[in-house]
Amino acid sequence: MPKRIPVVEKILSANDRLALDNQSKLDAAGVFAINVMASPGAGKTSLIEQTIKGLEGRLRIGMINGDIATSFDADRAQAAGATAIQVNTGGDCHLDAVMVQWALSQLDLGTLDLVIVENVGNLVCPADFKLGTHKSVLVASIPEGDDKPYKYPGMYRGVNAVIINKIDLLPYVPFRMDFFKKGIEVLNPGVTQFELSCLTGEGLPKWLEWLEGQVKGFNKNRRN
Amino acid sequence: MHELAITESVLEIAIRHAQAQKAGHITDLYLVLGQWSSVVDDSVQFYWDIISDGTIAKGATLHFRRVPVVLGCQDCGKEYQPTNEEFACPDCGGTHAKVKTGEEFRLEAIDVEE
Repeated sequence: MPKRIPVVEKILSANDRLALDNQSKLDAAGVFAINVMASPGAGKTSLIEQTIKGLEGRLRIGMINGDIATSFDADRAQAAGATAIQVNTGGDCHLDAVMVQWALSQLDLGTLDLVIVENVGNLVCPADFKLGTHKSVLVASIPEGDDKPYKYPGMYRGVNAVIINKIDLLPYVPFRMDFFKKGIEVLNPGVTQFELSCLTGEGLPKWLEWLEGQVKGFNKNRRN
Repeated sequence: MHELAITESVLEIAIRHAQAQKAGHITDLYLVLGQWSSVVDDSVQFYWDIISDGTIAKGATLHFRRVPVVLGCQDCGKEYQPTNEEFACPDCGGTHAKVKTGEEFRLEAIDVEE
């Protein structure tokens, strides 16, 4: 006779546990980490470049870049002044906690204040895989269209900040900002939002200020 | 493509629970997936047939229970299902909602034999 065994276990609980290990390692080293997610071409790497340059001399930054192949993005982060580790996922559409565990072991955490993880360009899969970072940031961009929160609710649900990049293109591209923001509001009420352009630099200072504040707040909480 | 990682995780959890009960064979798995959990049933089934081969779960049937998204309006209390282009409350137009169901992502139970 078959027997029913109740399981009731979250399917990615193994990844979640490892993500907690990663966070403990970061906490012990006093390093704040963010997970930057977006579709391909939204401007993740440009944002990270601008962030590294903008915070030069204020924060020591390490970068973990996940891509299916190549190290172009890690090279760009390195050129901008960060220590960068490339993770080639070999076809996987997302970073997971195991990959980040390896990448963290390659960084000298004692010399860093902030680790920026650039996830694989994808609005579906990365949302399900916790990495152990302290905050998640989603980069949306004007040319992607204003319907993305409605099409990819899972991604918009789980993030701590939404960046709307390429606002310099607003005069040229149909984009209903109110429709876009209404979708975000239902999915993630009160989430922090930044409208900026990595090309012109408009709006970047507010983002940099927020990020620096997050790192300082993290260190303050640690000392208390 | 993240269904491979998900399916591997399902297999690991199922085998662990079966072995804890000293069961020799897993015949059925009951998965609960919310509409917003972005997992494709067919892909999970495809990977399942490959990776369960040679394990005590070989040939087991996967049962998927899909849970629709239900939002609870925080302004007027109405529970509703959002449409593709409208997430706001259909009664009061409020945009303060809590996700009641639709994000489930778990293995609920397994059937095993000696």
